[in-house]
Amino acid sequence: MLGFLNGIWSVFTSILKFEWLYYLVEKLVENVFGLSMETNLGSSVHFFIYDVIKILMLLSIMIFVISYVRSYFPPERTKKILEKFSGIKGNIMASLLGTVTPFCSCSSVPIFIGFVESGIPLGVTFSFLITSPLINQGAIIVLLAAFGWKVATIYIAMGVIIGIIGGIIIGKFNLEKEVEGYVYEMSMGEVELETMTKKERVNFSLNEVKAIVKHVWIYLLIGIGLGAAIHGWAPAGILTKYAGPDNPFAVLIGVAVGIPLYADVIGTIPIAEALIAKGMGIGTALSFMMAVAALSLPAMILLRKVIKPKLLGIFVAITSFGIILVGYLFNFILH
Amino acid sequence: MEIKVLGPGCKNCKVLEENTKKAVQALKLDATIEKVTDMKEIIGYGVMRTPALVVDGTVKVMGRVPSPEEIKELL
Repeated sequence: MLGFLNGIWSVFTSILKFEWLYYLVEKLVENVFGLSMETNLGSSVHFFIYDVIKILMLLSIMIFVISYVRSYFPPERTKKILEKFSGIKGNIMASLLGTVTPFCSCSSVPIFIGFVESGIPLGVTFSFLITSPLINQGAIIVLLAAFGWKVATIYIAMGVIIGIIGGIIIGKFNLEKEVEGYVYEMSMGEVELETMTKKERVNFSLNEVKAIVKHVWIYLLIGIGLGAAIHGWAPAGILTKYAGPDNPFAVLIGVAVGIPLYADVIGTIPIAEALIAKGMGIGTALSFMMAVAALSLPAMILLRKVIKPKLLGIFVAITSFGIILVGYLFNFILH
Repeated sequence: MEIKVLGPGCKNCKVLEENTKKAVQALKLDATIEKVTDMKEIIGYGVMRTPALVVDGTVKVMGRVPSPEEIKELL
């Protein structure tokens, strides 16, 4: 069975590794543009064209697949499932569902209110709120493309575990009074869920691809532009000393830089890719991306509407700690 | 006919409002379009994903932006 899976995977990776594309773009840069791959400019132009095509293809495929799965788990259904579980089982379910329920920071407030209002414990709600942004398409794409399914699986597992433990800790603190009072006064209406046909799910997924690509292309181009510049001009190994896996502070700095950065996480993929190629530890790059995704300032400002500063602080502290831990773990295992 | 567009004011909500206006104009309907940004009211409809479209008190669409053509059919 494992041999079979590995067989499929090796076919998949040889397509995913985009060697064919690398070769084609190389021919384009050298023969059509007349630039040598040995020059800074040639190498940057190659990285830019190659990465734009590669990431757009990967992104479209991944968003399609993920959206299709997610069309089965709208937050309303997730809420109904979670109402049935209590205790640690609730945390586990919430964290698992967090990986498949569609989530954007603009929905965090209504989702939070909906969960709390229907009696789902605060700790279970946070298990969901921590995992959901952590398991993002961006990070999974980078991991799949660059390191294969084993590393991607470990990443997902780590995200789920951080959500479970973070939620359990928040649950233990009895922080219900740290939720803004008006949240408890709300009453949630019942809504009839649309049942989708297969064709509607496909359409929904295609629309998601279109909407996300339309939304992120500018971040993507900026990110790839920066990545291309790093790729062409930064000397190989320059980051090994300062941001390599051996520097114990690199992960901390990565997270500190990632939190205030308002960027779409997808835009950080090409930067992370280029930085890893120049010697940055993979764990460092990952914790940077996770910090951008899960701890962005705009998302926190939104959450502040429903929870008081103390609980917000605890949420940020637990999530940061988890992200830092993942960073060190990945630097350690992929050394 | 009473139409409500629910959403805290993100970009998608504005697009949904515009699409709804287009659909109403194309069908020459006698309808009021109201924008709801109050979270309490949004939650009251049971909506956890914005934007959402409410027609005569029933939630028709949530969490996505339908095209003017789709809204025409819904109306």
